[in-house]
Amino acid sequence: MAHWPRGMHMTQTGALRQENRHTSLGLTDEQVVAMYETMQIARKFDERAHLLQRAGKINFHISGLLQEPPQVAMAFALDRERDWFLPYYRDYAFVLSVGMTVRELMLSMFAKAEDPNSAGRQMSGHFGCRRLRIVTGSSPVTTQVPHAVGFALAAKMRGESSVSIVSFGEGSSNQGDFHEGCNFAGVHKLPVIFVCQNNQYAISVPFSKQSAARIADRAIGYGFPGFRVDGNDPLEVYRIVKEARERAVAGEGPTLIEIMTYRVAPHSTSDNDLAYRTKEEVEEQRAKDGIPKFRQYLTGLGLWSDAQEEALLQRIRKIIDEATAYAEQAPFQAEEDVLRYVYAEDEGGR
Amino acid sequence: MPVIEYIDAIRLAMKEEMERDPSVFVLGEDVGVKGGVFGATRELYQQFGEYRALDTPLAESAIAGVAIGAAMAGMKPIAEMQYADFMFPATNQIISEAAKIRYRSNNDWHCPLVIRAPIGGGVHGGLYHSQCPESVFFGTPGLKIVAPATAYDAKGLLTAAIRDPDPVLYFEHKKCYRLVSDEVPDADYVVPIGKSNVMREGRDITVIGYSMPLHFVMRAAEELSREEGIETHVLDLRTLQPLDREGILAAAAKTGKVLIVHEDHKTGGVGSEVAAIIAEELLYDLDAPIRRLCGPDAPAMPFNSPGERVFLLNKDKVKAAMLELARY
Repeated sequence: MAHWPRGMHMTQTGALRQENRHTSLGLTDEQVVAMYETMQIARKFDERAHLLQRAGKINFHISGLLQEPPQVAMAFALDRERDWFLPYYRDYAFVLSVGMTVRELMLSMFAKAEDPNSAGRQMSGHFGCRRLRIVTGSSPVTTQVPHAVGFALAAKMRGESSVSIVSFGEGSSNQGDFHEGCNFAGVHKLPVIFVCQNNQYAISVPFSKQSAARIADRAIGYGFPGFRVDGNDPLEVYRIVKEARERAVAGEGPTLIEIMTYRVAPHSTSDNDLAYRTKEEVEEQRAKDGIPKFRQYLTGLGLWSDAQEEALLQRIRKIIDEATAYAEQAPFQAEEDVLRYVYAEDEGGR
Repeated sequence: MPVIEYIDAIRLAMKEEMERDPSVFVLGEDVGVKGGVFGATRELYQQFGEYRALDTPLAESAIAGVAIGAAMAGMKPIAEMQYADFMFPATNQIISEAAKIRYRSNNDWHCPLVIRAPIGGGVHGGLYHSQCPESVFFGTPGLKIVAPATAYDAKGLLTAAIRDPDPVLYFEHKKCYRLVSDEVPDADYVVPIGKSNVMREGRDITVIGYSMPLHFVMRAAEELSREEGIETHVLDLRTLQPLDREGILAAAAKTGKVLIVHEDHKTGGVGSEVAAIIAEELLYDLDAPIRRLCGPDAPAMPFNSPGERVFLLNKDKVKAAMLELARY
């Protein structure tokens, strides 16, 4: 039997034709195009951030390269008006998808006062923005998992049909907070979606040294479903997250999702990854990149063209150039404000 | 004014705040159906239902972490740590998260959370049901820390803590629960966080402390007054963080002789900071070196009775230290 890429089927004339997978998932053509555009914005932003760090313009970058397709898919499966988002430090594509702008992200790269995440107080990749329902995060990994459970508990107590979704890496899945959070949510059937972005490395330690079993299977121990999904297939990620959200708002409790992906960049700009893995391994994984495959999918359906691609890349370059220029010249937080907001400053609690 | 027990003051504060504000709820181990291992949450489950007196799985980091999430979502959680000795698994959530949420988000997010934890020994609790962990959290900006000694303050400080927009650690002394009773008004009131209280006026020596040992101090002060004519000025810190600098300096200046008393270990305890504040501002006004009488620098108190007695402060130990200072 012939093997051809997933989603392709053979017509009567023998030509391969792209099968439409997104309409049955409830996604419009405009939405899948928007998903693709967001993946590319995130990709180009990430690449620019690397260059800026190498050029000495910014101090630090921690990359989400190759993880953009599943991150965008997750966000598109959620409700931006109702849900609560608890991303982890590689979730650039995710926060872009829920409304953060390239300029805002660039302001955080340059650690400037206008950065909505922290006014430049935190390292980049430490997201948080109340307006966008993105919950502030920190550097000790996995602390956000019980927080997501707390948001879900609040939603349940108030009878709101919202879910919280929380990202973390496969290394994080070994922290007590992962287990404690999952167990709590399982007991009380809370509307929370746990997303492990398994990119195969916790800095230098490979997945085989982090866990002897699939992360998704841990869900069994907490009494809710767990799924493993190919991160390079964003439509499948979308389906799994959407179904998890439907179960959550129906009162059926949490879901654990293990997204299989790969960290093609070093852990951060402070890491030399070739000290613990080979270029060949990285290149083999890079070839599985979900972005060109998704473009191929859209092109196959007549939803995308080379001309559109070129126009998109031009538009993105302009957005990133402008954001970079803006952020570079923007002021840092004033020195007199550096020690503010340890406690509330006014009667209203702000 | 009715006289009530310290533990009932704590329970009443929670009950009244839960009646007043539907976003207030209690969570922790055994706080629901059983009403707490000490009874501090008795009948809250019956009055407010399963979710507002929530029995959690036995996992302290989740108790704190879930409470932090709920607080950021707009609820007003009161998380109970069954014993302060067991709150260390939650330390990362308290110090890395709760304490830093407002600061790290540049005031975008905040975390109105209360964590209650019973401290102290004298109940044959051994090493792990007797500790005073204040010094572990003391000095972490972003946290407020209170430790009441009386039923009046227990209610007023807990009410203030629940209404506070920032995370408050509320250390209640388990030995005070049934041993301490005093007048608590029926009317709504708060004891402001950050304000110390003069428990006794005196002209000869000043004792500064907090929580249970102050009751030994008060009894010793009465005896010294009667027997030796020594009049002791007693300051209850009530709030450990932020310390009431002005109150401390005024109390020290009153007599020029200062003894600091607490049950937590001496080294690195709250008393070290109190002594440093006095030394920074008032060194030349002192008539004696600053003294401290605190828990010993051994890991934690033994289970056996003689060992527990060696470890703990009592009226006689406090009285001897006070007399020595008065005669300096």
